[in-house]
Amino acid sequence: MDLESLTRTSGEWLKATGPDSDIVMSSRIRLARNLAQFSFPSRADEVARREIEELLRSQIAKKPAGRELTYISVSALSQIDRQMLVERQLISREHSENQGQRGVGISDEENVSIMVNEEDHLRIQVLRSGFALEDCWKEIDAIDDAIEADRTYAFSDRLGYLTSCPTNCGTGIRVSVLLHLPALVHTKEIQKVFQALQKINLAVRGLYGEGSQAMGDFYQISNQVTLGKSEEYLIRTIQDVVPNIVAYERRTRQALVSESRRELHDQVSRAFGILKTARTISSEETMDLLSSVRLGINLGLIEGLEIPTINELFIHTQPAHLQKIRHEKLETVDRNVARADYIRQRLNEQN
Amino acid sequence: MLHITELRHGEVQALHLCESCAQDYLNPSQAAKSASTADSGAAGDASELEELDQKVCPNCGISFKEFRAQGRLGCPHDYVVFADELMKLLENIHGETTHVGKVPKRSPQASQLQFQLIKLRNELRSSVEEERYEDAARIRDSIRELEESRSRSDTPAATSESE
Repeated sequence: MDLESLTRTSGEWLKATGPDSDIVMSSRIRLARNLAQFSFPSRADEVARREIEELLRSQIAKKPAGRELTYISVSALSQIDRQMLVERQLISREHSENQGQRGVGISDEENVSIMVNEEDHLRIQVLRSGFALEDCWKEIDAIDDAIEADRTYAFSDRLGYLTSCPTNCGTGIRVSVLLHLPALVHTKEIQKVFQALQKINLAVRGLYGEGSQAMGDFYQISNQVTLGKSEEYLIRTIQDVVPNIVAYERRTRQALVSESRRELHDQVSRAFGILKTARTISSEETMDLLSSVRLGINLGLIEGLEIPTINELFIHTQPAHLQKIRHEKLETVDRNVARADYIRQRLNEQN
Repeated sequence: MLHITELRHGEVQALHLCESCAQDYLNPSQAAKSASTADSGAAGDASELEELDQKVCPNCGISFKEFRAQGRLGCPHDYVVFADELMKLLENIHGETTHVGKVPKRSPQASQLQFQLIKLRNELRSSVEEERYEDAARIRDSIRELEESRSRSDTPAATSESE
């Protein structure tokens, strides 16, 4: 894998091949793990960080659970390259902005990434298209076992896997699904969803996780508690709630179609029209319009355009991707022009 | 929605605030105001907190005060050094203080079995609560099997001489 080619491809989780992928964009599970004999990354000096990286890099090279991963030294990357990995959901913002020796192992399909020296020594992540948490768990469990066969994790009989932040200890698991909910946002019913999720201890965040805004009507739902419940229980909690939200979004879409088909058709067509013709466009407007177009395709109101293309545009129109595509650093004004050019080119070659 | 866990005078408080209330709450002047209200007539608590803040992990050198400021621990041993305070915090965050999930395969077989049993009993409780009776029956059988295998391994094998 080389970073240059990433601007011409997209991760497997964007291909819309998984179950319910019209609404569930992706499923993701991550595990936080630490090596027993070292301080946590924030307290480890550079010598220790190098040693941790060396140990874990050699584990990644051993193809855990048969997974071939390319190891990239994040500390050696430019700011734009790091930002591009964040935009593709392969590393966290914290990992990009941190200091010191750190890296990430990434599979060619971009559905496995293993961060080294993030907030914890290891952050293993598995992504899938659509609603496929079982698959995520099977794979991440096997990768975790493979690494743990050679390394001693920090683990306590009482508190489970020990993590840098007490909010992650126990299972160290974060189970999340990324949902596209334009109809519930449009009718403001989304507030009811938030309230229901809060009652059962689930967190709702934006496209890029903690602290990020909900853009393009995407919402990430995940567990908050990691101690005192088993991994299977936490996965099942999300698995039980997602079909209800999916059904709610589908019912709301159908209601919109039957009650105000003309207005809806007009709205998605206008969104498509602007994207195909605009000469300058901000990231926020792009996300909003792409969300309408995605809804339009799923309802059969827009034809001749594929969902994976739209999924990819959500990612490829982010700032770092545009600058990689143009091979130059661009200020906001120029990025807005480059974004509009890129979208016009992609949508007009589709039609 | 922001979830803020406050440690004040050794007491843990959980706050669940919307974005704008959280901004107000985290605003220094507001924080100072609430701190001064809380501190009035609590000099004893303050000195206890001061004492706790001085506590340092001999392994990584982090003090409890540093942990409170950063929200990040320094090394796995901190969970032992600051155990009492962390237990309150963990109870507050997770509502529980005992792990029932996955266990490293390298841990001794006896504790593997112990964990398996704790996990199954938890699952049994939630399957009964959720009225999933078929699952409950299956889990009950697994618990029985594990307990039998544990008692078999605890009993010395009978020798041919005693038969």
